[in-house]
Amino acid sequence: MKIVACIKQTFDTEAKIVIGADGQISDEGVNLILNPYDEFAVEEAIKTKENNGGEVVIVTVGGDSAQEALRYSLAMGADRAVLINDPALANADSHAVSVALAKLLSDKEAGFDIIFAGKEAVDDGVAQVPSRLAAKLDIALANVVTAIELADGKISVTREIDGGTEDLEMALPALVAAQKGLNEVRYPSLPGIMKAKRKPLEVISLADLGLSADDVATKVEMISAELPPARKAGQKLTGEVDEVVAKLVDLLKNEAKVI
Amino acid sequence: MEFVYTEEEKMMLQMVRNFAEKELKPIAKEVDKEHKFPAANVKKIGELGLMGVSVPVDYEGSGMSNICYSIAIEEISRQCAATGVIVSVNNSLACDPVKIFGTEAQKQKYLADMASGRKLGCLGLTEPNAGSDAANLATTAVLDGDEWVINGRKIFITNGNEADYCILIAATDKSKGHRGLSAFIVELDNPGFSVGTLEDKLGIRGSSTAELVFEDCRIPKDNLLGEEGRGFKVALTTLDGGRIGIASQALGIARAAIEDATAYAKERVQFGKPIAKLQAIQWMLADLTTQYEAARLLTHRAAYLKDQGKSFSKEAAMAKLMAAETAMKAATQGIQILGGYGYTTDYPLERYFRDAKITEIYEGTSEVMRLVIATNILS
Repeated sequence: MKIVACIKQTFDTEAKIVIGADGQISDEGVNLILNPYDEFAVEEAIKTKENNGGEVVIVTVGGDSAQEALRYSLAMGADRAVLINDPALANADSHAVSVALAKLLSDKEAGFDIIFAGKEAVDDGVAQVPSRLAAKLDIALANVVTAIELADGKISVTREIDGGTEDLEMALPALVAAQKGLNEVRYPSLPGIMKAKRKPLEVISLADLGLSADDVATKVEMISAELPPARKAGQKLTGEVDEVVAKLVDLLKNEAKVI
Repeated sequence: MEFVYTEEEKMMLQMVRNFAEKELKPIAKEVDKEHKFPAANVKKIGELGLMGVSVPVDYEGSGMSNICYSIAIEEISRQCAATGVIVSVNNSLACDPVKIFGTEAQKQKYLADMASGRKLGCLGLTEPNAGSDAANLATTAVLDGDEWVINGRKIFITNGNEADYCILIAATDKSKGHRGLSAFIVELDNPGFSVGTLEDKLGIRGSSTAELVFEDCRIPKDNLLGEEGRGFKVALTTLDGGRIGIASQALGIARAAIEDATAYAKERVQFGKPIAKLQAIQWMLADLTTQYEAARLLTHRAAYLKDQGKSFSKEAAMAKLMAAETAMKAATQGIQILGGYGYTTDYPLERYFRDAKITEIYEGTSEVMRLVIATNILS
């Protein structure tokens, strides 16, 4: 089987977000990690290979630093990696990323049986690449998946939906976007880390894919970035019980609007 | 001179930090309270390749640097110092002497077993009357045909209760003092071996500290490690490397205390503002962080020199001295910053305090470290 996992390098979930002088979110001194939801995707890809044979290819769109997240995936046990690195993709949105990945997976890396991805990245939380990619590749998609069974060229999945779960059966090739709980992610072992250094990691540009900057022009424009407002101090109500209760009810009704 | 991690160092740092946070942190308190050897975690640590970090891949180690080893022990000890010493002893005190002094056959069997985590190792050196004065050993090994016959008692042996193999230092010729000592590899499922008293300790309570009893314990002649009469050299070389491990353990404890105290100081409000705004607290944190960073650089330099095959005895002693005293100071002042809360078991600071103390004692006391440093300077 040819198994693909799409990943993204993101800020560490504990990173302190700072807006730089240029009005953009600053990545200075920020620890970058493999997006936690994508860890489930990489784990599932490796498990699928262990059970069915084949190869695991990790793909991403990102800058030079994204190689670290790819190496981490290779250290976990993936076979090789492809990084699409191009200045035109510096501010790529979900649309641009899915255009680049779709071209890669239908051309240079065609012939996949299954694609795994995380359901969303923890940085922007947009959660659109899996859907857009599946649509562009014209393959089935199961999103927010918590269980997978692969047999006889078909894949059965359980996915979270509002208020419950849904079981689906899909023909391969298909794209599965992972939710927390899909699996227990392994830690890369030290021998795995050493081996990862020698595994193939290919860096390609948009031109290598036969794409132009116009093809990946973003649909979303960022106008400004700002931090969430600081939490205001709470109010303290004092006085007679009756007055305080009446005031509280009034605040809940008219200010907080929760009752 | 560069002060940046290589890609593999970064990756392993991330891996060990994740692992320690998810697997070691949740049970560290229980491991301490119940004197519980964390067997399941030790097994996982072996599977990750952390039991023989710098052992060559040919002997089922991970073939990584001693800087990686230091990073790993610090990250493990940041969450659980007892687990830190279990791993450090296996790497430095059990694997290392076999790696350096062992025959090919010994490496194929014993080194591979310990580096892969299949078997656990310990070092049998200290005796009731031979602590810092390590040459004054009473345990003897006498050659009888094809076997060595060992008699004696070892005390304060980390991992002694769980270990499968022991690197043992014993006298093969008592008339020659430290030149009459030899090193051996002893398989501990031997009928002539038993575990004696287990110590009830102040700290690192999840790791065992055992008395090892050898009564006509017969081992194959081939289990002599290194040359006969060179046991003291094996012991000293082994301890030099061990000090990098213990320095790293102390760094982990120090960092734990500093990070926890810093977090608390930012939250705790007194006199209408977080105590982190008070200069009295700020100076403590500034001094501790500075001392921690200095100790870390010393430790990494000792590890670097070891990786380069250069002499690192003085540097390892300086690293351990500085790191151990930093850990003790950080835990003491960490408790001070938390005040009454720091003194209770609701916060882990009191555990760091108890765990820190041993780093000033084992694998060479701070006084012995100063002796080693002074000897190096004055020679």
